[in-house]
Amino acid sequence: MPRDIEAEVVVIGGGPAGMAAAHSAWEQGAKSVFLLEREKYLGGILNQCIHPGFGLQVFGEELTGPEYASRYIEKLGKTGVQVMTETAVLDLEPSRTIRTVCPRGVHEFHARSVILSMGCREKTRGMIMIPGTRPAGIYTAGLAQYLVNIEGYLPGRKVVILGSGDIGLIMARRLSLEGVTVEAVVEVRNSLSGLVRNYVQCLLDFDLPLLLSHTVTGIVGKERLEGVLVSQVDERWHPVPGTERFLECDTLLLSVGLIPENEISQKAGISLSPISRGPYVDETFATDVDGFYACGNVASVFDLVDYVTFVSQKAGEAAASHRPRGKVRFVLQVGVGTGLVIPQRIRNIEEGILFIRPSQGFRETQIIFRKRDEVFARKKTPICRPSEMIRIDIPSIPWPPEGGEVTIEITGNPIQGI
Amino acid sequence: MKSPEIQSREYRQLICTACPMGCTLEAEKEGDLIQVKGGRCQRGGKYAQDEITNPRRVMTTTCVMEGGELRRLPIRTTQPFPKNRMDDFMTFMTTVRVSAPVFCGDIIVSNVLGEGIDVIATRTIRKKQPAP
Repeated sequence: MPRDIEAEVVVIGGGPAGMAAAHSAWEQGAKSVFLLEREKYLGGILNQCIHPGFGLQVFGEELTGPEYASRYIEKLGKTGVQVMTETAVLDLEPSRTIRTVCPRGVHEFHARSVILSMGCREKTRGMIMIPGTRPAGIYTAGLAQYLVNIEGYLPGRKVVILGSGDIGLIMARRLSLEGVTVEAVVEVRNSLSGLVRNYVQCLLDFDLPLLLSHTVTGIVGKERLEGVLVSQVDERWHPVPGTERFLECDTLLLSVGLIPENEISQKAGISLSPISRGPYVDETFATDVDGFYACGNVASVFDLVDYVTFVSQKAGEAAASHRPRGKVRFVLQVGVGTGLVIPQRIRNIEEGILFIRPSQGFRETQIIFRKRDEVFARKKTPICRPSEMIRIDIPSIPWPPEGGEVTIEITGNPIQGI
Repeated sequence: MKSPEIQSREYRQLICTACPMGCTLEAEKEGDLIQVKGGRCQRGGKYAQDEITNPRRVMTTTCVMEGGELRRLPIRTTQPFPKNRMDDFMTFMTTVRVSAPVFCGDIIVSNVLGEGIDVIATRTIRKKQPAP
């Protein structure tokens, strides 16, 4: 393999996003497509998500994570996509030069299109500032999932989980099945963060307590974790004095959010949204730097792998078509009740899907599209929760003829509890 | 003293997982008859019926992988497995050892614990190559 490689499309990251993007780019007719993966295997985080629930929308059946990955690995095998595993990207330039290192040496790719699909990483203890000592036994939920499902180790015997997001709930079940005691799942919000189905099948099935409006306010233990202090919180998430109590445990798992991994995107001069923490993208998942696309969790954390596949197919097609991009017509902003919207830019109103995450759960939900003071569209949905993105087809919205800044608001009857 | 009819009547509250609505269902069981209230659609009735009479879950875990590139093989049941036998299932799976190579979809255990359900591999794991 030469040191310098000319490529039509280079995809960085071989998880579900990268696999779908590379596959679509090839199908679209790109002649040379490279898929670069840092790990030894394709599939990314899917490989450690051994539970079912993946693929209902893409494959019409319920698969586990490794099965979903296998399907795509098989699909890629039937294309001419060149997969390079154990390949790390060291540097990325706005000119679409990519420097990599792998066991076969150092390479420099010169790509016509670059697709960023590096996924996301978990928030850590430092990022949520839990006070206390620094003993062993504090893990992110995803790391614990890796240890249990890939390496076959249990992280501990008695566990408290902070955060009721899906990874935390899934790990509560996984560890219970393995005979580990799960003392409690502690959630700072007054409602569940994960899917209701996971609450039923991961907590209720095993009689595990969920402490809403509570958080971990202290860590106890010197060498190994001996327990955590848990307090009730008020509406502003401040601990309520006098409510602190001690929960004995040797392990604390943190399931407190995910952050898109964009260190190398920034090297290419791509600007990031402070809301999604990923690049600003349009309906084809093109970034604001010509020839760069960002899809999947590197753009914004999606709740279903099926959505990641969908948006990555779009990015793959667009990256391979090398169509000149039109001007940005609409810039989307989050308003009251809206936590996030992706894409944030619209060039072409005739394709694509808007993914909107409410900032809290509502029943009898209305999604309101506003340009300055004028409401030009309202969409209704019976229920919405922060754990489930609302999807709206971009062409189904009666966009105003003139472009500009659009604010998306969500109203309804707030859900409390589950 | 309660009459036998009243004693056989059972109430249960369930959260429906048939769709994302998450309706709270009130189920009343009297003999073989189950009445369900509180759902916003018909699927809630079926969900409650199954949850009360025959709750099942697709089981996933890992088992020991011998001679493979990885140490654990992820597996799942092909059909939902009786919920009240989850512990038996987990205990049984600790006794299963699989030799590499194994392919995604291979049957690892057929008719697991006599339930008429198979256990399949959910990942392809190749043989570990000796170091050069």
